[in-house]
Amino acid sequence: MTPLLEMRSITKTFPGVKALDAVNLTVMEGEIHALVGENGAGKSTLMKVLSGVYPAGSYDGEIHYDGNVASFGGISDSEAVGVIIIHQELALVPLLSIAENLFLGNECAKGGVVNWRETFQRTEGLLKKVGLSEAPSVLVDRLGVGKQQLVEIAKALSKDVRLLILDEPTAALSESDSQALLDLLLELKAQGVTSIIISHKLNEVRRIADRVTVIRDGATISSMDARTEEITEDRIVRDMVGRDMAHRYPERERRAGEMLMEVRNWNVWHPEHSERQVIHDANLTVRAGEVVGIAGLMGAGRTELAMSIFGRSYGRKISGEVLMHGAPVDVSRVDRAIAAGLAYVTEDRKTLGLILDDTVERNITLANLPAVSSRGVISEARETGVAEKYRAAMNIRTPSVFQKTVNLSGGNQQKVVLSKWLFAGPEVLILDEPTRGIDVGAKFEIYGIINELSAEGKGVIMISSEMPEMLGMCDRIYVMNEGVLVGELTAAEASQERIMSLIVTD
Amino acid sequence: MEVAQTSTGRTGTMNGIGAYLARHMREYGLLFALIAIMVFFQIVTDGTLLRPVNITNLFLQNSYIIIMALGMLVVIVSGNIDLSVGSVMGFIGALAAVMIVHWDWSVYLAIPACLLVGIGIGAAQGYWVAYWKIPSFIVTLAGMLVFRGLSLWLLEGQSVGPFPKGFQVLSTGFIPDYFGIGRPNGTAIAAGLVAVALIIWVGLRDRAHNRKYGIEGEPAAFFYGRNIIVAGALLFVAYKLSTFRGLPNVLISMVVLTVIYAFITENTTLGRRIYALGGNEKAAKLSGIKTERLTFLAFVNMGMLAALAGLIFAARLNTATPKAGFAVELDVIAAVFIGGASMSGGVGKIVGAVVGAFIMGVMNNGMSIMGIGIDYQQVIKGLVLLAAVVFDVYNKQKQG
Repeated sequence: MTPLLEMRSITKTFPGVKALDAVNLTVMEGEIHALVGENGAGKSTLMKVLSGVYPAGSYDGEIHYDGNVASFGGISDSEAVGVIIIHQELALVPLLSIAENLFLGNECAKGGVVNWRETFQRTEGLLKKVGLSEAPSVLVDRLGVGKQQLVEIAKALSKDVRLLILDEPTAALSESDSQALLDLLLELKAQGVTSIIISHKLNEVRRIADRVTVIRDGATISSMDARTEEITEDRIVRDMVGRDMAHRYPERERRAGEMLMEVRNWNVWHPEHSERQVIHDANLTVRAGEVVGIAGLMGAGRTELAMSIFGRSYGRKISGEVLMHGAPVDVSRVDRAIAAGLAYVTEDRKTLGLILDDTVERNITLANLPAVSSRGVISEARETGVAEKYRAAMNIRTPSVFQKTVNLSGGNQQKVVLSKWLFAGPEVLILDEPTRGIDVGAKFEIYGIINELSAEGKGVIMISSEMPEMLGMCDRIYVMNEGVLVGELTAAEASQERIMSLIVTD
Repeated sequence: MEVAQTSTGRTGTMNGIGAYLARHMREYGLLFALIAIMVFFQIVTDGTLLRPVNITNLFLQNSYIIIMALGMLVVIVSGNIDLSVGSVMGFIGALAAVMIVHWDWSVYLAIPACLLVGIGIGAAQGYWVAYWKIPSFIVTLAGMLVFRGLSLWLLEGQSVGPFPKGFQVLSTGFIPDYFGIGRPNGTAIAAGLVAVALIIWVGLRDRAHNRKYGIEGEPAAFFYGRNIIVAGALLFVAYKLSTFRGLPNVLISMVVLTVIYAFITENTTLGRRIYALGGNEKAAKLSGIKTERLTFLAFVNMGMLAALAGLIFAARLNTATPKAGFAVELDVIAAVFIGGASMSGGVGKIVGAVVGAFIMGVMNNGMSIMGIGIDYQQVIKGLVLLAAVVFDVYNKQKQG
C-alpha cells in the first residue's frame, strides 16, 4: 500500500500563535483516516493547509500528494487533483435545487448555456450513489441536515474525488443519519476513495477508521493502525487530552426531590403548515435534583417541544398546561417563562444563544439585566463582578470577560451561554444538545456543571442525540418519536437497545 | 498599569502603544479626521471657518442633522434604517407653518402638537416594521414618498411664513449672559468650563473603573493627549462663541440630547437591549427581550426627533418650503455610518454619530465658503462616506 498523501513537518504560525508545529500526517491510498483532537488542537488548520485555503508559502513544510510535491495556491488547485473538503458549515445554497447545487461553479454547460437534461441525469446518478431518493429539482432547504450532508458528498463525487476530507460530518446528524453517512463512507472506500474524517465521536472513529492520528496543541501525538493494533477509546482520549480520563461521566448522588415542573397535555402545531401537528399530548415531569433526558431521532420534535414550552418560541395553536410546584404558570412569552423559573439553553449557540460580537460579560448578563442595574441604569461594577464570578465558577477560558464571544472556542462559548442562564436564576433548565461540537475536556466540565445544578436541587431536562451521554447522565429518559412521548425509562432500565426499540416499535 | 488578568489569548500577546492604537484606530481616526478636516478648511478659507460667526453658523446649520442622527443611530443599531426622516422633517415644518401662520395657533400649542404628530408617524412606521416584520427599508421608503407628498399638499406648493418671534428662538435664539459681562459672554465661557470639567471627571472615573477590573485602559499618554485636545477645542469654541452672541439655544438642546442619548445607549438596560436586538435578534428574543416593542420604540423615537428637527429647521429658515428636508435622510444616514455604526446592526455609538455629523457639516460649510459648487460637494461627500466605511472594513480584516 502506498501513501496517497504525506504532510511533512507542517508548521503554520499566525501572529502570536503557533497553530501547527511540525505536524506529520500520512494517509494511505484507499483508507479512512481519522484525525482527532480537542477543539483548537489544529485539525481544521491542518486541513486548510492541505486544501489550499492557506496557500503554499504561507506555511513551512512539504505536502506530497500522489507521489509529487504539491503546492496548492488555492482551493481550485487542490480540487483539480481530487482533494475535496466538506466543511462543518455546509456550503450549499438553500434556495437552489439539489441539481443546481451539485454543479454550482462546475455547470454542465456549453458557452454559458446550461444543459438541464444532462445536469438532471448526472444528478440522478450521483444521488443514487450516495443513497438519496430525492428528485434533483428539490430545493436544498427542504432537506434535513443529514440529507444536505449527502448532497455535499454527491457534489464531491461529481468532481472526481480521490481524497475526501470531512470536518465533523456527523456533528449535527441524528444517530440513524450518522450511521447512513458512515456506511456511505465505507462504500466509497470500497470504490477506492480515500477519506480523512475529523470527528469528536470516538465510537464512530473506532467503527470506520483504518488509522487514527491524534493532534494536540498543534503537534502530532500519535498515529495508530486499527489493522495491526487495537485502538481503544480510552487510549485516544488519553492522547487527546494528555491525561487519563478515568470516568467519562462524573459521579453524582442521584436523588429526586419534590415535584418541580409538570407539563400536561402539550400540543403544538407547525408554524407554517397549520394542518401539521408537531407535538401530540406531551406529558412530562421534572423533580428537584433530577436530570431528565428526552431521547429521540433528529426531527422527533424534542427541540420543538422545548422551545414551545419556553415562551412559545416555536409553533402555533399551542395548548396545554405548565405547572411549577403544582401551580399553573404563564409561559406564553419568553420573559414570562423566565419569570416562572425556566431557562432554555439552545442547541444552536451561534445563531440563537450568543450575541457573537458582544463581550463575554454582556452575554452573561443579558437575560437578567435588572439584577445588575438599579432603576434601569446598569452598574458596570456589578456587571463585571457577576461576569468574573461566572468566569471563575465555570472555568471559562478567555483573556478577560471583555473578550468578544466570537473569539472563544465552542466549549467556552457554551459555558458563556450556560452562565447566562444560570445567572437568570431558573429552577428548571432545559439543555438542548449541551455538548454538541465541543471537545472531550469541555464536555466533562459541562457534565460536572449539570451535576452541580442537580445537587443544588434544580431540575434539568437534557436533550441529546448522543446516547451514551444520555445514559451516563440522566436519572430518567423520555423517548420521543414523531412528536409523541412514546416511553419513559429509569436510569436502571435504560439502554441504547431499549431506547431504539421504543422508537422503532412505535 | 496593573495587570489583573492572566493574558493568555491573542490580545494578550499584543502590547504597547502601537498595538493599542491599531485596535482602536476607528475611534482615534474619527477624532483625527475631524481635526484634520477643520485645520484644512481653516487654512484654505483663510481663517473664515473658525470665525465666531461661522462657528455659530456651523451649529445652527447642522443642528437638525445631529438631532436626527441621534435617533438614526438607535434605529441603525437596532438593525433597521429610516429613509423617511427627511420627508417627515419637511412635513412637520410644513405642519407647524400651517398651524401657526394659517390657523393662528399658539406656538405653545403647535410645538407639542407637532412633536405628537412626529411620534404618531414613527409609531405608524414602526408598527409595520416591528409587528409585521416588513423590512424597514421598504416601510420607510414608502413613508418618504407619502410625507413628501403630504408636505406638498399641505403647503399647496407654496412657501409659508414668516413665523412669530416666539417660534424663531427655537433655532436662532441665544442664551443671555447671566454674569452681566456682555462680551465676551460669561455664560458661554462658564458652560465651556463646566463641560470640560465634566468630561475630564467622567474620563478619570472610567479609567479608575478599568484599572480596578483589569480592563486594558488607554495608555496614559493617549488619555491625557486626547483629553487635552478635546478640552482645548471646547474652550476654544466656547470662547469664540462668547465673543459673538453667546450660546445658541439650539446648541444647548443638541448637547443635552446628545448626553441623554449617550447615557441611555451606554448605561441603561434599555440601551443594552437595543444593542442586543441589533446584534442577534433571535438570541435577544430567546433571552426574554421584547424585541418587537424595542423596534417599535426605536421608530417612535426617530419620529419624535425628526419632528423636533423639522421645527428647528423651519424656525431657522423662518419659513416652511415644500423642498425642506429633501435628501436630508442621506446626510443623516451618512453621518451615522461615518461615525462607525454597522449596517448589520448592534454596533455604533452616539458620540460617533455626532462626530460623523460634524465631519459632514464642516465639509459642507468649508466647501461652501471656498465656493466649491454643489456638484463637486456631493462627489466629495460621497467619497468620504465610502472611505470611512472602507477604513472600517480594512481595520476589521487586519485584526480578524
